[in-house]
Amino acid sequence: MSMISDSARSDIENWVDKYPAEEKQSAVMAALRIVQDENSGSLTTELMNEVATLLEMPEIAVYEVATFYSMYELKLVGRHKICVCTNISCMLNNSKAVVDKLEDKLGVKLGETTADGEFTLKEVECLGACVNAPVVQVGENYYEHLNPAINPDKIDQLLAELRGES
Amino acid sequence: MESSAEQNIVNIEINDISLQVEPGQMLIEVADANGVAIPRFCYHKKLSTSANCRMCLVEVEKAPKMLPACATQVMNGMKVWTKSPKAIAAQKSVMEFLLINHPLDCPVCDQGGECDLQDIAMGYGGDQTRYQERRRIVKDKDYGALVSTEMSRCIHCTRCVRFGEEVGGIAEIGGTGRGDHMEIGTYVQKSLSSELSGNIIDLCPVGALLSKPFLYSARAWELQSYLSIAPHDAVGSNIKIQTRNGKIMRVVPADNEEVNESWISDRDRFSYLGANESRVTSPMVRNSSGNLVETNWQAALDTVIKSFTEIIATDGGSAVGAIASPSSSVEEFYLLQKFMRGLGSNNIDFRLQQQDFSAGAEQSAPKLELSLQEIETQNSIFIIGSDIQREQPLLSHRVRKATLAGAVVSTINPKTIEFNFAISTSVKTDKLTPALAGVAKELLSRGLGGDLNLEQLLTDGAVNIAVEAEHKEIADSLVNGENSMVLLGALAYRDQNQSRIYSLATAISKMSNSSLNIVTEGANALGGVLAGAVPYHSAGKVEVSECGVDVAEMISNPPKGVVLFGVEADKDLAGDDSAIDSLGSGFVVAITPFMDRLTYEHADVVLPLAGFGESSGTFVNAEGRWQSFSGAVKPLGEARPGWKILRVLGSSAELQGFELDSSEQVLNEVKALCDVTADKSEPEISNWSAPTDLGNIEAEMVKPIPLYEVDAVVRRSAPLQEQAKKLTGGVDDV
Amino acid sequence: MANQVCFRNNHLENSWSLSAYQSNGGYEVLKKILSEKLTPEELIEDIKLSNLRGRGGAGFPTGLKWSFMPRTVDGQKYIVCNSDEGEPGTCKDRDILRYNPHQLIEGMIIAGYCIDASVGYNYIRGEFWEPYARFEAALEEARAAGLLGDDILGSGFNFQLHSHLGAGAYVCGEETALLNSIEGKKGQPRFKPPFPAGFGLYGRPTTINNTESLASIPVILAKGGQWFLEQGLPSAGGEKLFSVSGHVNRPGNYEVPMGMPFSELLEMAGGVRDGHQLKAVIPGGSSTPVVPGEQMMDVNMDYDSIASAGSMLGAGSVIVMDETTCMPRVLTRLAYFYYEESCGQCTPCREGTGWLSRVTQRIEDGVGVAADIELLDSVAGNIEGTTICALGDAAAMPVRSFLKHYRDEFQYHIDHKKCMVESDW
Ligand SMILES: Cc1cc2nc3c(=O)[nH]c(=O)nc-3n(C[C@H](O)[C@H](O)[C@H](O)COP(=O)(O)O)c2cc1C
Ligand code: SF4
Ligand code: FES
Repeated sequence: MSMISDSARSDIENWVDKYPAEEKQSAVMAALRIVQDENSGSLTTELMNEVATLLEMPEIAVYEVATFYSMYELKLVGRHKICVCTNISCMLNNSKAVVDKLEDKLGVKLGETTADGEFTLKEVECLGACVNAPVVQVGENYYEHLNPAINPDKIDQLLAELRGES
Repeated sequence: MESSAEQNIVNIEINDISLQVEPGQMLIEVADANGVAIPRFCYHKKLSTSANCRMCLVEVEKAPKMLPACATQVMNGMKVWTKSPKAIAAQKSVMEFLLINHPLDCPVCDQGGECDLQDIAMGYGGDQTRYQERRRIVKDKDYGALVSTEMSRCIHCTRCVRFGEEVGGIAEIGGTGRGDHMEIGTYVQKSLSSELSGNIIDLCPVGALLSKPFLYSARAWELQSYLSIAPHDAVGSNIKIQTRNGKIMRVVPADNEEVNESWISDRDRFSYLGANESRVTSPMVRNSSGNLVETNWQAALDTVIKSFTEIIATDGGSAVGAIASPSSSVEEFYLLQKFMRGLGSNNIDFRLQQQDFSAGAEQSAPKLELSLQEIETQNSIFIIGSDIQREQPLLSHRVRKATLAGAVVSTINPKTIEFNFAISTSVKTDKLTPALAGVAKELLSRGLGGDLNLEQLLTDGAVNIAVEAEHKEIADSLVNGENSMVLLGALAYRDQNQSRIYSLATAISKMSNSSLNIVTEGANALGGVLAGAVPYHSAGKVEVSECGVDVAEMISNPPKGVVLFGVEADKDLAGDDSAIDSLGSGFVVAITPFMDRLTYEHADVVLPLAGFGESSGTFVNAEGRWQSFSGAVKPLGEARPGWKILRVLGSSAELQGFELDSSEQVLNEVKALCDVTADKSEPEISNWSAPTDLGNIEAEMVKPIPLYEVDAVVRRSAPLQEQAKKLTGGVDDV
Repeated sequence: MANQVCFRNNHLENSWSLSAYQSNGGYEVLKKILSEKLTPEELIEDIKLSNLRGRGGAGFPTGLKWSFMPRTVDGQKYIVCNSDEGEPGTCKDRDILRYNPHQLIEGMIIAGYCIDASVGYNYIRGEFWEPYARFEAALEEARAAGLLGDDILGSGFNFQLHSHLGAGAYVCGEETALLNSIEGKKGQPRFKPPFPAGFGLYGRPTTINNTESLASIPVILAKGGQWFLEQGLPSAGGEKLFSVSGHVNRPGNYEVPMGMPFSELLEMAGGVRDGHQLKAVIPGGSSTPVVPGEQMMDVNMDYDSIASAGSMLGAGSVIVMDETTCMPRVLTRLAYFYYEESCGQCTPCREGTGWLSRVTQRIEDGVGVAADIELLDSVAGNIEGTTICALGDAAAMPVRSFLKHYRDEFQYHIDHKKCMVESDW
């Protein structure tokens, strides 16, 4: 029984088509992202093995990729993964206050998931939006200019939005 | 790029010494060839270059940075310093980086004494560490019964990873995680399934990967090494048997580019662990109440001679026979056949699993027409009836290398066989003859038959041969391949229709202008033929006046007196238990290292034979390469080398020509009878003519013998058996 | 002048759409090249004349790079765009993708034409979902308009362009790691030689350029190499994007002439945040050496001038720090970044970045010892120049420059177990 849905498969096929016919492996990063999204945001060994079969690559080569890139999760994560940049430009713009506030609001530390499984708080490296620091990423979206000293309500708004309250 | 043909010499200077070297080489190769020591960890001459350890940094004139010697090509006019202050400083700092996270457990590490890190650290390491943080701790992995891991010692050279991909042919080990968090391993718990996995133990420059069975049993500097030849397949891998206090402690490869390069199979490495299981350690004779009782050599030999003399006196010489292991040495084969023939019998054989002997003397010597190295240069390879990867792991590696260089491989094999190299055309069948005939017929239809007279056999004959699309593909690849080879393996050799299969394979190779290559089971089948241990000719292929009987005949119609030499009858012989009991009905002399069922239940006299590593001898490998070895340890208990036992038997029977002082003398006698040099290139079937029929065309293919079931020693090695249980894939015995 | 090259369309409504792009001359150069059958040689000459230097950080002349491609060798060749943008302080390529994606597409098609590549990939970092979506939409528009794909504008020239999404690894910005990543492997840099121009993606000849470099091409060829050269300096043509971040009033991406005085750029960015004084500037992204503020005020934003101040222009990522900045704290964060992002294959980087990170952290934590400063300097020095890719150097340079200019702050930390300066962040 496959754990990868038909729609995910066809999505992966579209990626496979971008590369030369004998280079299916090129689609592995996309495939892992697609199956991760479909599996509540994390990967399992079984899923990785299926990707290996699908793309005709050794299983270990899939594990290597899945563990090399920081956006793949090999442990369960919350429904929303809040990625906080704490690198230099964000740091200079008080990302520490962003972390503090999020930790405080969510009751978890960096790297942890809330008990209700809603949020995982993750420290990440530079998100490439330095001129809008401090920045966090949730899913496909960036949230910028979050310094609580300047924009006191932004983090609360963000959390409300994620909780579906807004 | 200089393209001129005369540009085949480059002038460089290493440490102010001028050298003229071949272009295209890396600095480290040139340095190695000229005795300049450059430290290294990731570089290995048999693996791709990763240039990641950075230990081999050297100073090159005009280069702004230190360059890795392993990945820097020689260029005309290049000046290199391997020990300049800058080079030494770079090497020292790399060493310091490697050591900061390496545990300080040399005193308890098995690699101690043969550790590259330890050795190089002596020369480069600082006196005291500037690193005060906690060292990295990495969880160990379970690689199965053969390789043990201490992953905190890993220095990430990736040799084991590259070995798996490039040589083992199966990517099982990788580096997961990133940066400092990277771990070398399989990620999921998993036994290594490559039949060559043990080589990573030698490749690992530190003590991260170690021999599990050898763990904590000896220190490297306590060991004595003896060069020897692995006895489990026809490659003749060169090995070093390492001993301490007269005991075999481990087996490691000996480099031989022409034979096994730097590798040995796991079978060759770990079989020694079975060498002393269920050993026979003193001569035994069956007493009147039917029990085997220990006795002395003289009494045992007397019993043999007395009984054999009686049998021959009443029934003639042909009432006795001998069956030997295909891994007996040339010396043993030779003396055994000399003994039998002295007694007036030509009943001698070692082709234990063969079923069809009808080709007889026509199959003069089963061997490779190519050298092992030449296999790598083939561009079309047709494998007929062979689980080559498990039958002959290191020959298979040459085939794999050929495929990596672009060779196409086609096979006719049972369904269950998979390989670690790409197959372009695979005929999966339970009947070998029809498929082979199809290929032959296709070649014939292309007008390639010449004067081979195959028309009657393939087109006008009683059976209608179907030519399938795959048969055409195979014919195409053989005809189109500039260097093409046909390879016949054990499943063809053991087929009920063996003689016709050989004929067809010969016809195919002649029609497609391919070399014909035969690999047999055991370590010395070719040696057995050359030494005369076959019913149809004596040593040096001198035909005998009256052909003796083959092994199958000896089983179904047992001789009154039989010598079993190194044979574990209930496992080594084709046929079921009743065959064994049948063979046991006569007077049985078992010359053997091991107690087995036939010996235990039926042998009348048991003579303890020296086991693995205990005697000198010679094997002729599949190429026809004669490789002699000496004993590494004394035979266990009362056991004696085979040549000595046979010599005494011969003289006790008052036969001529057994006054031999050494195994070298025996060997010289055989060599004088054989044209040793010619045997390197002589084609297999010399006086070939087309058979008139296709024989038993419906014959079912036999099953491959599993990797760790090939002989008595391997079957007794507990680690190999444990590993076999864990392995999946490969031969699927259902 | 400003905003004449990559940002020339940003003022337009829906600047990312094909219609907006075409309303401002978009795809005209491509049309001209294809209809007039301009030769790759003359185009490359013009780019050489423009002295466009690679915007990805190394500043290698783009025209020269293109001329290395073995055009006449048969078989597949590739053009790859590096939109991995991960160097802390850098965020310009994101805005090109978001606001002017068609210009990048046009630049890549022309690049393909010039180097005889019929396939291109744009490697976009995995976090950049919005820019990726914009770029994908633009690709669709371009294909539908016959500007991309087979037989472009009936010229017989074929060019396929795809995006490849990363998944979180700074090192993939290194060009050979990026190629491995497209091949579906870990993003570990390859040892060079062989160089990508000979052995690149899938072992085929490949040219890799930064997003900004490629997006500059249509403008250069439209207005002429000479024009571009004149916008900047003889040593480096053009306007260039500078991402100004940190302690300034109006952080942002500014496209200004190469060689503009730093002081002017700082002014454009609104000056140092209110009430504070300039302390230090990292002029080209986190891996370039830090320059003390007062020294920086005399520097112009070009390769040579910044080099004379002991640093590098890099990707033009200007990180401004005011007097509240604790330098050991900043270095600790940067050292941690390189430690986290080292790919792990080569020894000095794998082991050395961890070492640097641990020592800076312990100084920051107030448990450093006197010998630590020398140790840091020496470990960084031992990494420099010994690694496969430049990440090792990138990790070492900040350490050495921070120690060079702000040793006293490190000493203070060690002696007093606390920061020398008070910061409100
Ligand atoms: C660690 C490391 C990270 C890099 N990251 C980037 C990057 O994010 N974007 C980029 O364009 N170049 C990056 N580069 C530089 C590229 O290797 C390469 O020089 C550049 O993409 C070439 O394009 P250009 O000549 O147009 O500048 C990085 C280099 C290194 C060593
Ligand atoms: S310098 Fe660092 S990132 Fe670059 S190849 Fe070496 S280990 Fe990888
Ligand atoms: S031996 Fe050259 S880098 Fe490892």
